[in-house]
Amino acid sequence: MKNTLILTTALCGMAFSASAQEVNLLTWGGAYGNSHLEAYAKPFTAETGVAVNIADADNPATPIKAMVEAGNVTSDVASVEYADAVRLCDEGLLEEIDASKLEAAEDGTAAIDDYIEGGVTDCFVGTDVYSMVMAYDDSQFADAKPSTPADFFDLEQFPGKRTMRKGAKFNLEFALMADGVPAAEVYDVLATPEGVDKAFAKLDSIKDDVIWWEAGAQPPQLLADGEVSMAYAFNGRIFNAVQQDDKPFNIVWDGQIYEMEGWVVPKGAPNMDEAMQFIAFSTAPANQARAAEFISYGPPRVSAAALVGNMEGGDEPMGPNLPTYEENMTNALGSNLDFWVDYDSELNERFNAWLAG
Amino acid sequence: MATALDPHAAIAAKAGGLDDGVLRTADGQRLDRALARSSRAARRRAFFLVAPLLAFIVITFIIPIGQMLYRSVHNDGFSANMPQISAWFAENPVGTDPGEDAYAALSADLLASAEARTIGVVGTRINYEMSGTRSLFTSTGRQVRRGIEPPYREALLGINDDWGDPELWGAMRNVSTPYTDGFYLASIDRTRNAEGKIVQVEEHRRVYIMLFLRTLWLSALITGLTFLLGFPVAHLLATLPMRRSNLLMILVLLPFWTSLLVRTTSWMVLLQQQGVVNDILVWLGVIDDQGRLQMIYNQMGTIIAMTHILLPFMILPLYSVMRTINPSYVRAARSLGATSWTAFRRVYFPQTLPGLGAGALLVFILAVGYYITPALVGGSSGQLISNMIAEHMTGTLNWSMAAALAAILLGGVLILYWIYDRLVGIDNLKLG
Repeated sequence: MKNTLILTTALCGMAFSASAQEVNLLTWGGAYGNSHLEAYAKPFTAETGVAVNIADADNPATPIKAMVEAGNVTSDVASVEYADAVRLCDEGLLEEIDASKLEAAEDGTAAIDDYIEGGVTDCFVGTDVYSMVMAYDDSQFADAKPSTPADFFDLEQFPGKRTMRKGAKFNLEFALMADGVPAAEVYDVLATPEGVDKAFAKLDSIKDDVIWWEAGAQPPQLLADGEVSMAYAFNGRIFNAVQQDDKPFNIVWDGQIYEMEGWVVPKGAPNMDEAMQFIAFSTAPANQARAAEFISYGPPRVSAAALVGNMEGGDEPMGPNLPTYEENMTNALGSNLDFWVDYDSELNERFNAWLAG
Repeated sequence: MATALDPHAAIAAKAGGLDDGVLRTADGQRLDRALARSSRAARRRAFFLVAPLLAFIVITFIIPIGQMLYRSVHNDGFSANMPQISAWFAENPVGTDPGEDAYAALSADLLASAEARTIGVVGTRINYEMSGTRSLFTSTGRQVRRGIEPPYREALLGINDDWGDPELWGAMRNVSTPYTDGFYLASIDRTRNAEGKIVQVEEHRRVYIMLFLRTLWLSALITGLTFLLGFPVAHLLATLPMRRSNLLMILVLLPFWTSLLVRTTSWMVLLQQQGVVNDILVWLGVIDDQGRLQMIYNQMGTIIAMTHILLPFMILPLYSVMRTINPSYVRAARSLGATSWTAFRRVYFPQTLPGLGAGALLVFILAVGYYITPALVGGSSGQLISNMIAEHMTGTLNWSMAAALAAILLGGVLILYWIYDRLVGIDNLKLG
């Protein structure tokens, strides 16, 4: 008994002394949080001896806002969506991140040039790219397979219902691409009233055959039930359905719209140096590539793409299943956050009026 | 007289030995004062007993609703962070052309707000009034931080010529006071134009009035359906012998106790095109495989699922009232020559009204605020106003707008309640 007591005291003492070297990470949990644990936290602790304490939140942006406003910040690094990062940064709730401290690519390219556009901003460093893609049930189309956004809107050649996310975002861009607008010009067109009319006119053409989803889990379910033959959905969900449930779903990358998630540092984080060290470590190309082996979200650094190996615990090469894979990026569109913050309410009101009418 | 009524007091008065006509207690105090004191103590004790409940209601119900109502008229995102230009609007009436002084005030505010990092808040607030302005504020804020020289009008127009737009100045005027009716106007598809006049929004953005009407209409329809379906069931339950009615009651209560989400998703399994109902119809040959019915992800799905989910709220109050109706009244009516229809209409049915009123009020109020079921099975045509409130709460983060919509809904329900009280009388409401 006495020995146990001495042992626990000693352990506590060790834990206490170790706590001087730690970084508190706030992430999303689930398969995504697991990729952060396996690809970033464990190797980081192994290499530097700095402990990583992981906490989960439904959306880390919410606790960050609460923590900073209450003046009681307990997290050093948090994973948030790009849109939330910009919003929090605008409200002065985040520390600025010095991009020059990030690790360069193997060929010596500075990190900031190695990132895809928008991957590093004042307060934000991207960790992964997820995207909205069209997917179809292979068994529904015996001969010709849909391969472009235009096919999604072609009810004659590819019959069956569709499912799309309920809301203006993603759908308007997708409709324009289906109407022949190249990805690079989509937001310019959408910023004009004629462009918006055009997008809605295109959506009109399949309106009666669309089931609108709200939760990410719905589209694979609707595909599996045979309710729809095609879906416009998050790529990770479709990939999981294929890998884990053996569903005959195919992803069409043409017309994908990608968005980023990444690290931010809440204002007044207690372990600022370790936080920066962790960010530099986890965004190094090799580690970013490693994370993509746990979940089908792509690395936002160009040089990391080539380093992605097989899916963890399987022999499926992960590279071609990522939104950032070079061949998947032809006619891909980066979601424009500034556009959506500006026109969100107007376009959603119009979308809702259109939907209800 | 009082002595005779209260023997204890009389004894007390005798024991006290005082006989001046005033009743006294055993220790000689005036009885009326002693009574008042003791009833005061009892009231205090009763108050302490209900105090936790009162505090709970105030903290979890009254204060949040008050805050919500406050938020629907109060939003100082712009006025608190842009004090100088807000003051300029207060001093200059509608129609004043913004001169150099206005632009100077605007520049100073933009600079201060950009440095305090509140420009995002400012931009978000004005973006509610006029789409596309958030990035105008944030990007101008960034440029102003790099330095801005007089004359300010030219400087700002040089950064972006949208700063000369009269519509933008009208929008800024609208948000320059912390209190606003703008969210209520938006809730009824109205807005203020550059001249400050209230006008309808563009036709393709009008959605809220239509949704309010749809919500009221669908709620009324669902209330009617629960009445038609629930009345015979409640009557059966009330007239069967206890043993059998208890068994049937389980069938009403089991779904009532089952999770809302489970019941909603069960309807999805049943009603979808590849679902059980369609499969059976195809198997029976009623429809062919190509002609499967679309019964869900539309208004019909909302009506079916909500009617089923709200049915117990109609059956239970009806049942509890029907149980107390004495069957001899109907028998008496019949024996006096009434047909069974007349006996039902003039004797039985009026007696069920308190239960019917309670059930209808319950179902209608619940239906008006329903959210999960229409969100899951409503498709595009089965959405209710609650879905829009949820969107503003969680999606666009425009809580003021959500609060205004919710306040209108609350007001509508209170008006209905008042009408009900005038027509039926709230005393006649019986829940069990």
